[in-house]
Amino acid sequence: MTSLRTFEDFREGEVIDLGEKLVTREEIVAFAEEFDPQPFHLDEKAGKASMLGGLAASGWHTNAMLMRQLCDNLLLHATCMGSPGVDSVRWLKPVRPGDRLKMSAEVKETRTLKSRPDMGVVRFLMTVANQKGEPVLLQENAILFGRREKAE
Amino acid sequence: METSAPVERVELGSFTFTADDIVRFARAYDPQRFHLSNEEAAKTHFGRLCASGWHTAAVWMKLMIAHRKREAARARAEGSTLPRLGPSPGFENLKWIKPVYAGDTITYFSTVVERRESRSKPGWAILSTLNEGVNQHGEKVFSFEGRVFVEHRSEPAAAL
Repeated sequence: MTSLRTFEDFREGEVIDLGEKLVTREEIVAFAEEFDPQPFHLDEKAGKASMLGGLAASGWHTNAMLMRQLCDNLLLHATCMGSPGVDSVRWLKPVRPGDRLKMSAEVKETRTLKSRPDMGVVRFLMTVANQKGEPVLLQENAILFGRREKAE
Repeated sequence: METSAPVERVELGSFTFTADDIVRFARAYDPQRFHLSNEEAAKTHFGRLCASGWHTAAVWMKLMIAHRKREAARARAEGSTLPRLGPSPGFENLKWIKPVYAGDTITYFSTVVERRESRSKPGWAILSTLNEGVNQHGEKVFSFEGRVFVEHRSEPAAAL
């Protein structure tokens, strides 16, 4: 059984590859219909008439896709104990049907918690870039990881 | 200079997070075990099934758009229109303050705290908003500071 990555296994400056996600029109529209039914997330013609210049994914959808990649490539193999929140997200460019999004997480800081000896905080800068190498989303946030002595 | 409307916290609506909805979202976007079943969540500090924080956030957006649609219909009935909303450039200080458990009902709010003209997009302004979610016990569970483009209008209009 492979062991889980714990708080001690993160190094400042490390860049973790979160893999690649192909974005489909069906998924863009399905997410938007349920959570963000604005015309520019549902329909090409409405998208073209908008600031987005064409059908584009909801920013919240791009964050959700990043979360899935983060789970599959890091969190499900680590002692993740959740997150207090997200410091900032910038939605830089539209995400289009057919985009192949490459995602990564750079470890900016690791910090122990005096009040909680069983966990530490890892702060990340996460980048989502499209197939042209253009960053489409930047996210800064902290995630809590269990420490090795307490790892199950 | 536009006179600003008094700062008003607008209630967007309420949403009950069912176990089925929580698991469906989590399976697609956040398959950590505490978002997938009570049995698995019981082994963690969460204790029981709770929603992905991104699900909590997505439902804020869902209720915001539903609120806008109701307000747009009301404006049409009164013979006027709301200014068009554009996309958002992002957000800050999103906090997942308390877990949202299966069965919880969250009431969401939005407050416009600032409006300024966009330098990069003539004809558009940027609204800065404070957005919140409160559970059925009156506890704040979620908040974030949002920004959204809104079409500039010469006459003052309701921002939300």
